[in-house]
Amino acid sequence: MTCWDTIADYALRSQGIGERLLPRSDFTICQQVVLIGSGMIWNVYFGVVALCSGFFLATAVAMGKAAQSAWIRKPSEWFIFVFRGSPLFIQFFFAYFLFLSLKGVWSGFSPFTSAWLGALVVLFLNTAAYSGEIFYGALQSVPRGDVEAADAYGMSGWKRFRRVIWPTMLRLAWPAYTNEAIFLFHATTLVFFSGFPAAGQQGDALYYASYFADKTFNPFIPYPILAGYFITLTLIVITLFGWINRRLNRHLPGAQRSRIRLRPNLIR
Amino acid sequence: MCADPGSLDGLTWLMCYLTTGKHMAIYWSVGTVLLLLAITAPIALMFGFGGATAARSGIAPLRWLGKGYIAIVRGVPDIAFFLFFVIALDQFFEYLRHRVKCPDWDGPVYVGNDFLVCPAAKLPLGTSPQYVHEIYGFSLAILTFSIVFGAFAANVLFGAMRAVPRGQIETAEAYGLSSRQTFWRILVPQMWVFALPGLSNLWMVLIKSTPLLFLLGVEDIVYWARELGGTKTPQFTDYPHGDWRMWYFLALLVFYLGFTRVSELVLGRVMRRLTRGQATMGGDAQRKAA
Repeated sequence: MTCWDTIADYALRSQGIGERLLPRSDFTICQQVVLIGSGMIWNVYFGVVALCSGFFLATAVAMGKAAQSAWIRKPSEWFIFVFRGSPLFIQFFFAYFLFLSLKGVWSGFSPFTSAWLGALVVLFLNTAAYSGEIFYGALQSVPRGDVEAADAYGMSGWKRFRRVIWPTMLRLAWPAYTNEAIFLFHATTLVFFSGFPAAGQQGDALYYASYFADKTFNPFIPYPILAGYFITLTLIVITLFGWINRRLNRHLPGAQRSRIRLRPNLIR
Repeated sequence: MCADPGSLDGLTWLMCYLTTGKHMAIYWSVGTVLLLLAITAPIALMFGFGGATAARSGIAPLRWLGKGYIAIVRGVPDIAFFLFFVIALDQFFEYLRHRVKCPDWDGPVYVGNDFLVCPAAKLPLGTSPQYVHEIYGFSLAILTFSIVFGAFAANVLFGAMRAVPRGQIETAEAYGLSSRQTFWRILVPQMWVFALPGLSNLWMVLIKSTPLLFLLGVEDIVYWARELGGTKTPQFTDYPHGDWRMWYFLALLVFYLGFTRVSELVLGRVMRRLTRGQATMGGDAQRKAA
């Protein structure tokens, strides 16, 4: 079997397309690279969707935490505390069994017990809490002069927020937010190890990597492949976020621009 | 009192239920988590100290080693590292013993889909009792945690050592202290206040990563929560109940929230204590407030 056949069979295996049986013996490097790469589809899916949707909730939570009224502030603070103070791994487990119980009450919850939606909800809330805290910190350090200038121009309320406060907040938060994004992509590897079943062996990259490591008793091939994929993904994220960062900072003189410093990779 | 659970109800039943032998196991596994933290934290700090010292060493190969250690462990996805290290370390130790104990065994160690060493080199030996296996697994987990968190700690300490004001070092040199003396008497005592924010962050992350023990095959709280929470039928237990795993994991969630909150408060206090009398903004603020 050539490598092309393997690609045809396994490139979309994580989505249930292609050969049904996973390779069982005589593992080739090509099989490992293709299958682990196929699993990356899930990591990218979880990361991108959670990040894009979490962004909006994060902004809302940051505004909530900075609000005057305790009725808005307290729930936001608790939301951030609960999701940042507990392990993501336990959050996954809890959410899975919660959805499982809810499914018994109303069958409409059954999609939540599969990873594509259930785990996504947890990741969405989790990244909203982490980035909410980042945005809140940035919101606190919006220069007073910017807000005063907006007042002087006669802007107030929504207009002042949308045109002055929000862009400045994003600009200040962006380097930290980039790290959060990288983090989140790494955190997606936890999904299939935390209760959510990989139906029909359709798992993510780490799922396949550990499958190969278990079968071959040789961790020195699948895990470096996985690491390679993730380093590539990290570099792509840094590039994309770097473009946005440049755009957010385009009005500033060169020296004041905030640079993105790579600080990836702490388990959450 | 708990002799006949079928006749109990309400709170008494719950009390009896929560003190069964198996529940004692989950309370012990909380101890396992605390033990892991208590052992890992100092070892990781040592690894970190070694890594940071190596990374700022004057000898180039040593410096590359230190920087490489920090960069590689931090650059690669996290749990992949946990999964990788446990197998890799196990095979590494077995291979070393294999070379020492069975020098006349010739044949590759990777045979087909197997990692094959001579029986005398197995770790732990096939004949040893269960608890040795458990201790061995736990030690591997500790070593793995220490290596991974040591790299993070190395990065924090490396930054902290650079943050110590240059003037302090120069003064020490002017007094004629050797570089070794400068390091131990001036640099190390002063770096902690700069390292503490990073280290407390790391401690929080370390607490939150303890559930990953489950992935390393240690019977920890996650294992027991799944085990005890599952549906129990009257045939097998005196305390039948439905699927309670959700509540067990809720309890774990609360446990971790409480733990991180307490740590936050304690570390805040330590930080205030360490800042006292330092020539930093925090120290100035304390002086003004007093």
